[in-house]
Amino acid sequence: MKIVACIKRVPTTDAQAKITPDGKGLDAAGFQYMTSFYDEIAVEQAIRTKEALGGDVTVLTVGPTEASKEVRECIAKGADGGVILTDATWTGRDARATAKVLAAQLAAMGAEVAFFGKVATDRDNGAVGPMTATYLGWACVTDVVELELGADGGTAKRETESGVETVAFSLPAVLTCDKGLNEPRYAGLKGIMAAKKKPLEEVAFEDVPNQAQVARLELPAARAEGRIVGQGADAVPALIDALRNEAKVL
Amino acid sequence: MTTTLVFVEHNDGTCRRAALECLGAAASLGGDVVAVLCGPGSADAAARAGAHGAAKAVVLAGGDAFSPDAVAKDIAAVAQDLGATAFLAAATSRGKDLAPRVAAHLDSVLFSDCTALSNEGGALHATRPWLAGKAIAHCTSDGPVFCATTRVNSFPVNETGGAAEVSERPASTDGKVKVTGLAAKESGKLDVAEAPVVVSGGRGLKDPETFAILDELAAAFGNAAVGASRAVVDAGWRPHSEQVGQTGKVVSPNLYIAVGISGAIQHVAGMKTSGTIVAINKDADAPIFKLADYGIVGDALEVVPALTEAIKAVKAQG
Ligand SMILES: Cc1cc2nc3c(=O)[nH]c(=O)nc-3n(C[C@H](O)[C@H](O)[C@H](O)COP(=O)(O)OP(=O)(O)OC[C@H]3O[C@@H](n4cnc5c(N)ncnc54)[C@H](O)[C@@H]3O)c2cc1C
Repeated sequence: MKIVACIKRVPTTDAQAKITPDGKGLDAAGFQYMTSFYDEIAVEQAIRTKEALGGDVTVLTVGPTEASKEVRECIAKGADGGVILTDATWTGRDARATAKVLAAQLAAMGAEVAFFGKVATDRDNGAVGPMTATYLGWACVTDVVELELGADGGTAKRETESGVETVAFSLPAVLTCDKGLNEPRYAGLKGIMAAKKKPLEEVAFEDVPNQAQVARLELPAARAEGRIVGQGADAVPALIDALRNEAKVL
Repeated sequence: MTTTLVFVEHNDGTCRRAALECLGAAASLGGDVVAVLCGPGSADAAARAGAHGAAKAVVLAGGDAFSPDAVAKDIAAVAQDLGATAFLAAATSRGKDLAPRVAAHLDSVLFSDCTALSNEGGALHATRPWLAGKAIAHCTSDGPVFCATTRVNSFPVNETGGAAEVSERPASTDGKVKVTGLAAKESGKLDVAEAPVVVSGGRGLKDPETFAILDELAAAFGNAAVGASRAVVDAGWRPHSEQVGQTGKVVSPNLYIAVGISGAIQHVAGMKTSGTIVAINKDADAPIFKLADYGIVGDALEVVPALTEAIKAVKAQG
């Protein structure tokens, strides 16, 4: 099976936001980067799929040349190669444009199943996976927490507010992965060495202009100063009083 | 002139509160609001949508098992027939699943999880978090249809009265994805992302057995859900569906009570827009106190049972 794991290079989750002087972007100075949390689950699922059904796994990203670090780390876990659709402005590319670029690449590669993270932890859109599937005319299941995959389709479970849903789908498909689906493995030394010899291509692509424009970016308003109402269980009446008479939430 | 199509999610005719909030969000764009609904009970739900701001409602009639790709295609077709200038869905699991597909059918970008929407002289603006709310972006789109999902607990439910003019359209049945079953939650159990009150616990609760004092506190409130830090989810004390934070759920309840949670940046990202924040922690220097409106320094295992009794007394007074 031709399996693809789509990943994004994002700032680490402890990154602090600073706004650029034009008021429209994030100051990336001091950012460190990682593979987006849920994308690691996607990579793991791609490798498990290969282990169960055979085939090969390509790690695919739209990102800068520097994303070779994250792609290599993912390959080291057991993928067969990587493709970077080279885009120095990747974080500024909107979800639709990213999805169109990925859809074209997945079609060109003859992919049969593409795993994505359920959301990238930088722009928090959660849109690229299902938009890519829609542009391709493929099936898509989002927020997958359990998966059974065969040669022509499968069944997935997803957590909703009302309970756990069971979803049947055909292939080709995009599956977006949620925490709980698997426990991502660590790359061993052997994998890290092997990854250095596996193919990692940088590919140019036909640009798709953004529709989204950032009018302005700001830091959230600071919360009003709070206070300690007391120590231990004795403070409970003071808390109840504050919740009732000041905050008016009781 | 703005025409906003709103996907109104309902369970057998009862509209989800988040869907009514989404109708409230549509009102902030001005112009006409049209609801689109699917599934059993849609006619009842359409009537309710009318009382919350929808002038018209389109019901996707028939269809067997729920199929997100078929429904998304139908919603996009409704939007095109109406000449809709905007499409909104609530950022629930259903809404977040459907909206990107609808947006792609309309070849339009999507703004997810918006906390505010506005119409500035005809230009529609979305306000949405980046980096889990560490920055707030104000965005516009030059795409054909302005598509957005609205964060739960962020928009008002408007009681407009009135009735929607309801029409039907046959649902497509050629979906490649079908929902074949639902293992429903215990009835009455609220989801952490939707509940008006969230009581969350962390490692300071000691072990999974003592963590259960938070279930009792939530039950005393009656309208509360239990949340958890990643530390206790990873330790297997609580399910991931309860995790609050950058890699869990982003919640914005009226009242958030953090018990035995240190206040790591990834946790805070998931709850800092809550209305009122209470922290209970034995360490007076815990970072969570910097964010909290009210704090109690003390042992959770002593404070929480006392708080549960006090909340029961308040609720008994009515
Ligand atoms: C990529 C990534 C993603 C992450 N995503 C998330 C996320 O989504 N959500 C999240 O929560 N975390 C997330 N984290 C983890 C986060 O960094 C913290 O490790 C985690 O939030 C800590 O959980 P905690 O507050 O329960 O535990 P601790 O940090 O250990 O804090 C326990 C607190 O309990 C207090 N305490 C101890 N005993 C008592 C007592 N008897 N009574 C009262 N208080 C007591 C202590 O003073 C302390 O403040 C993420 C981390 C990474 C690297």
